[in-house]
Amino acid sequence: MSATGSELIPRHGNGARVTHWAVAIVFTFLFLSGLALFSPFFFWLSYVLGGGALMRFLHPMAGAALVAIFYPYAALLVGDNRWLPNDSRWVAHMSAYMRKEHPDIGETHKYNAGQKLMFWSMVPIIGTLAVTGVLLWQPWFAPHFSAGARRAAGLIHSVCAFIMFVGIGIHVYAAIWTAGSINAMIRGTVTRAWARFHHPAWEREVTRKEGR
Amino acid sequence: MALMSLDVLQQSASTSTPPQARTTLEVAKLIDISRCIGCKACQSACMEWNDLRDEVGVTEGFYTNPPDLSDQSWTLMRFNEQVIYGRLQWLILKDGCYHCEDPGCLKACPAPGAILQYANGIVDFQQEHCIGCGYCTAGCPFNVPRLSGKDSKVYKCTLCSDRIAVGLEPACVKACPTGAIGFGSKEDMLFQAEHRLVDLVERGFAKAAIYDPKGVGGTHVVLVLPHGDRPEAYGLPANPRVGPVLQAWRSGLARAAGVATMFAVLAAGILHYMRHGPLEVPPEGDQEVKP
Repeated sequence: MSATGSELIPRHGNGARVTHWAVAIVFTFLFLSGLALFSPFFFWLSYVLGGGALMRFLHPMAGAALVAIFYPYAALLVGDNRWLPNDSRWVAHMSAYMRKEHPDIGETHKYNAGQKLMFWSMVPIIGTLAVTGVLLWQPWFAPHFSAGARRAAGLIHSVCAFIMFVGIGIHVYAAIWTAGSINAMIRGTVTRAWARFHHPAWEREVTRKEGR
Repeated sequence: MALMSLDVLQQSASTSTPPQARTTLEVAKLIDISRCIGCKACQSACMEWNDLRDEVGVTEGFYTNPPDLSDQSWTLMRFNEQVIYGRLQWLILKDGCYHCEDPGCLKACPAPGAILQYANGIVDFQQEHCIGCGYCTAGCPFNVPRLSGKDSKVYKCTLCSDRIAVGLEPACVKACPTGAIGFGSKEDMLFQAEHRLVDLVERGFAKAAIYDPKGVGGTHVVLVLPHGDRPEAYGLPANPRVGPVLQAWRSGLARAAGVATMFAVLAAGILHYMRHGPLEVPPEGDQEVKP
């Protein structure tokens, strides 16, 4: 057990990791610049993000970049994020899981239900942010929409941005909390023991493929 | 501030309150549409004083020229063609900023100090602080501010704040040959407007009315409309207001709620980690515990 337990197995490929961090960097810029535009309490962020006018210009550009990077990435991950009957069981036991009470939540595949919820919330939220963002995008697109439509777009854009922040906040915290997962996203590997503990069904599948 | 004699009442996206110790007279421009002959002297005067030159366009079959307000046209005579009592009439609107008491543009603006409201009621844009987001154009209930494609700054009528600061009347007022545009304290202008109404009613405009919409707290450009029951016929909104969507999007409460949510997520993470610590793979020999 100990020999196999500390052995490293690949979890995230090179492409997936690079894409993940590209999304993370673009999101960070979008979130901080969006925050500066949302509240005067945070307008000082614009001074470290190129100045108000340049930051305002870059924000929608970064938004377009996020869409261009995120959706192909999501297409890559969608297969492993299909909702399985077991996932509902995970959700039912989520609070016990968060208290580390090791509830019987069944076999977890590559992603657990929490990760899948994150995935399936980001897909429509980023889409909504993109669509409402186009309505607000000066000077090219916004002039084609009425003031009323742009006010509504602004409100929806802000609400979605906060839902996204809550989602990403949970995602980042879960990665910090689950020891070993940040390293998995940096170096791409996890120990066999980690895989067996957190994602047993996935670990068996990896082993089966290796055996072939 | 830019002009010391124009004390600031409100500034956009500010976390501090401007000095409020002094109060000044509230000013207003009074436009009596019944006296307007459509000569466009006000438009020319505005261009002259502010040194603006709009593009020379093409006629579109209307007397309105240029076709719309722009970053170069801060006031515009709109010749609204209406059939009234079986006759085609021009309901001329001298369009431009109405200088709302409760300005939607200022509420919408995310750039600190890019939009100021002076104590005398003038709402003025400070282009050097403008970041070009165009939120003011979404927040304005009158569709007035225009974003320039050239420099991504927003422009509109300043009510000649630079002239008023040195005791002059606005350029359009000075140029008007019929006295259709007046300028003075808001109180005086409303008093004059009441007199104009009496005249108009005597002349048969029974529905004449003063346009000083309460939905935006009143305006500092007050109109006398001969057909006061139909402001839409002049191209004016019947009940302009800041509105619940803009309130929800840009109000201090919404901002505070948003920022509080953010700190709540941060706090929840810190507290959870303090209480439970990291989720680690159990030591070997403890493997019968199934996650």
